[in-house]
Amino acid sequence: MIRQKVTVAVTGLNNIDSPGPGIPVIRGIRESKDFDVRIIGLAYEHLEPGIYMRDLVDKTYMIPYPAEGKDALFKRLLEIHSIEKLDVIIPNFDAELFSFIKLEKQLAGIGIKTYLPTLEQFEERNKSNLPAYGEKYGINVPAGTEVFSISDLDNTLKSMNYPVMIKGKYYDAYPAYSLEQAVSYFTKMSSKWGLPVIVQEHIKGTEVNVIALGDGEGNLIAAVPMRKQYITDKGKAWGGITIEDHSMLNLAKQIISQTKWKGGMELELIRASDNKLYLLEINPRIPAWVYLAVGAGQNIPEALLKLTLGLDVKPFTSYDVGKMFIRYSYDMIVDLELFSRLATTGEL
Amino acid sequence: MVRDGSDEKSKLKQVIMLIKGNIAISENGFVFNPSTGDSFTLNNTGKEVLLLIKEGKNASQITDLLIAKYDVDKMTIERYLDDFMNDLSANNLSEE
Repeated sequence: MIRQKVTVAVTGLNNIDSPGPGIPVIRGIRESKDFDVRIIGLAYEHLEPGIYMRDLVDKTYMIPYPAEGKDALFKRLLEIHSIEKLDVIIPNFDAELFSFIKLEKQLAGIGIKTYLPTLEQFEERNKSNLPAYGEKYGINVPAGTEVFSISDLDNTLKSMNYPVMIKGKYYDAYPAYSLEQAVSYFTKMSSKWGLPVIVQEHIKGTEVNVIALGDGEGNLIAAVPMRKQYITDKGKAWGGITIEDHSMLNLAKQIISQTKWKGGMELELIRASDNKLYLLEINPRIPAWVYLAVGAGQNIPEALLKLTLGLDVKPFTSYDVGKMFIRYSYDMIVDLELFSRLATTGEL
Repeated sequence: MVRDGSDEKSKLKQVIMLIKGNIAISENGFVFNPSTGDSFTLNNTGKEVLLLIKEGKNASQITDLLIAKYDVDKMTIERYLDDFMNDLSANNLSEE
């Protein structure tokens, strides 16, 4: 069988302790029997490990930070496209999605396809909008509010019980057991991710997640539930296991169908001791543990690529229960010459 | 008339505890609950009892089988079995 040649640009090559999804997305795509893929990495930092994984990433280009705006990003993507003739871009960071969604039509105009939620879908599931989201779609969501200053925080905490979760606008979440701790995390979150900072009721229970893929027309193309087995101090799963949980799958189906979500998403959930499921967050992209879904029989990155290219994708109907992932760290040895080439030319 | 509860106890012994259908038990006593992702390791006796429960034996039948097989008195076995069944229930391995 002749495999279709396709050039795919991928962000999220930061395979660090709080990893981006880029490398597992690439692994999934590379395992496809239908595509002959050239992978172009798009990186923000010179030390994103994926840049140096030459068996997975064919070439990497530096791109401007989201803070520089969508025009700077588009200009750089035009330069890269003139060399690489990109077919598809798969963005993997929450913080960059706004720009990519805004650029969707411009990118399509130059022949680069993306498969992203609409701006409305993206905004609606924002952490700060989550209580309204839960009410609108009939989903249990912990009580929460956004705060813009320390006095705001102080006022909010007067009506809440400790511990509370203090969450950054895009990433990071910490439990605070006192006002002092909450203020310290507020300062940390606001300086790292900007305002607002989200204060959320802390729900005790088991952390479970669902990865899902929607086709934009309300159909759930893929979904795999996972229980975190080993959690790092940053709250990231360092080990997890696929589970058989119909209520989680039904929730994913409900959300994809009601919102007509287009693209990958991750539902972060807590199974409370009373067995109720609470939605903590909806991440608007494929999560870093996506390779577990691939290993369990649902190659979600490949399905996403096919959807992006307008190919027919049949919804997955099963996955292996009891498949585990165990993450590990690994030291690569890199010659300074490679690093300096990237630093001086912006490509490697 | 004072009820000593012995009738109820005796009835309870006839009740068959149902282990959730999707619970997997491996030959070496590894138990996996696919609904929660929890796993447990049983010793040989625990594995034996769990398999007997899965076969549909009630507490009274299991007690008799264990007395016949091991050199342990009935009261000890009943106590062990009670604890074991409570553990199964507490860990969501049995049907409510």
